[in-house]
Amino acid sequence: MGQKLFMNCNRAIVEAAIQAGCRFFTGYPFTPATECLEQASHRLPAAGGVYLQAESEVSGINMLMGAATAGFRCMTATSGAGFALMQEGVSHMAGIAEVPCVIVNVMRGGPGFGNLAPTQSDYRLATRGGGPGDYRCLAFGPATVQEAVELTKLAFALADRYRTPAIILSDQMLAETTEAFDLGDPLPEEPVEKWWATTGCKGREPIYMGRPGKIYGPEAEYLSGNLTLNLIGLARADRDPDTFEAHMLRLAEKYRRIEAEEVRAETLYLDDAELAVVAFGTSARLIRPAIEHARSEGGRVGLFGPITLWPFPSRLIADASKRVREVLVVEMSMGQLVDDVRLAVNGRVPVHLFSTLGGVVPRPETVGREIRQILGLVTTDSRA
Amino acid sequence: MDQVFKQTTSAALKSRYDYCAGCGHGIAVRLVAEVIDELGLRGQTVGVLGVGCYSTNPVTFNFDCQFALHGRAPAMATAVKRLLPDRLVFTMQGDGDLAAIGTTEIVHAATRGERFTVLMLNNSNFGETGGHMAPTTVIGQRTPSTPNGRDPEIHGYPTRITEMLALLDGAKYVARVALDKPANIMRAKGAIKKAFEIQLSGQGFSMVEVLTACPSGWRLMPVESLKWMSEVQMKTYPIGELKVAAS
Repeated sequence: MGQKLFMNCNRAIVEAAIQAGCRFFTGYPFTPATECLEQASHRLPAAGGVYLQAESEVSGINMLMGAATAGFRCMTATSGAGFALMQEGVSHMAGIAEVPCVIVNVMRGGPGFGNLAPTQSDYRLATRGGGPGDYRCLAFGPATVQEAVELTKLAFALADRYRTPAIILSDQMLAETTEAFDLGDPLPEEPVEKWWATTGCKGREPIYMGRPGKIYGPEAEYLSGNLTLNLIGLARADRDPDTFEAHMLRLAEKYRRIEAEEVRAETLYLDDAELAVVAFGTSARLIRPAIEHARSEGGRVGLFGPITLWPFPSRLIADASKRVREVLVVEMSMGQLVDDVRLAVNGRVPVHLFSTLGGVVPRPETVGREIRQILGLVTTDSRA
Repeated sequence: MDQVFKQTTSAALKSRYDYCAGCGHGIAVRLVAEVIDELGLRGQTVGVLGVGCYSTNPVTFNFDCQFALHGRAPAMATAVKRLLPDRLVFTMQGDGDLAAIGTTEIVHAATRGERFTVLMLNNSNFGETGGHMAPTTVIGQRTPSTPNGRDPEIHGYPTRITEMLALLDGAKYVARVALDKPANIMRAKGAIKKAFEIQLSGQGFSMVEVLTACPSGWRLMPVESLKWMSEVQMKTYPIGELKVAAS
């Protein structure tokens, strides 16, 4: 048992980050993520870390890249359009530099500058990436403040373990939710030895970070840097110890390992369910009463809640789809999560979509009606 | 026999020398390495390299380096220096990298008085892409993207970003040097050393703009390009110390 605290999710995530050893926080004010900056501005220095307000999200992500490459646990928080601005940096940190960081995206309305209300419409941006090239980022979808605290700490640990950015997908509603939580225990200061950190080469060989290479570290050999020659296939064996293709194959292998080992999901009443409702984050939290109500009426409905959005729990959903009759996806976006669910279900059973847009959240009564219709329950004047 | 020349410890030729004949970048790398050797700080140095010929050729610096995205080196260096305040941190950026895509990062780093050093290699063009127009391209200069020469009516005027940065309160040492002849090369080394010393004394932001020849980009022979630097480039970019704050 750690410290019991009572605060909103934006502030709780920063507390969890400090608990996880985060020593650098940067960000650019962006509603509804700005409270993370406010909390970090005094809490990071108090914890012996550095807080710095960036002049833009582009600068912010590159400050993060500098901090991460120097071996420090680091975090930024933003929302929709700010997250979009960071994508080149995220792609580079994931796919070339291979350095860890944690990015909180407090989702608000999109597209463009959208509005300030909660959505889940950055699902695709987080799970597919908006930057150039082939890369993946760990992505987590907490539903409560307690989950956000635990997943923030997990995000730091896994980001370090796999040397890759991790994204926390919060949303405006979760961000402003104030509730009690257990801060838990601190992560070990340095659970992963960061022998690749560029801190000055005193006592060892120099390290160059931010270039694709065969290996990193004391015997590192790097692509000469003449990426152009590499990319058009004219790399010379006597100059280039490795090809860009080999770098990408190694990256792909890392992603397969993450997909095999780091999937996390929760289920509720799924054992005997005829209908599996798939939802994450705020959607999953809001529709629980509808599922409880349908169960109380004898409806055999269960919840499948992905916790890691990437790696996506495809195999678990595929297994569940062999036992249920139908699947209902509930998301606060136009049909993003449903794509991944349909790929996992692979046509075995019908997959329905219940989508809310523009800051509207799924309500138990409306989702409940949908659930009862699919299950063929008599819809009397019941209210969730 | 007396030894008159040797490799520096802070920079070493690791494979082939890949700069074009007459390119000034090799001299700039050498000067930085000599200064770091003289300060005895190779083990405490973190270089942040931007995107340009100086970073895409085989790595020659023999100390820890980070490679930045185009224009963003000052953002990376900001974090590194704040987290490791006792290290010598510098960025090496080109005029395209710093004065075009990276203007936001450099202006705000200087405004905040970040305690690292910026070395801007100005060869008045995007050398790596093939000599295209940069913000620093001088009036009348022909490039593949200004085939009739830079025309201020169409392309605007050359950016004197170093003069702009010298105006900022956070900037404590700002100088422009040229690598066109031995005397100026020695002055350039002095300016780089002074900038590093300003950083190490904790005074604030320091920057040295280094005019370097780009014979390939300028479509000139190496000797002609040094002449062009003195007679044309330095008219737009006069060398000297632009700001020396009282310590």
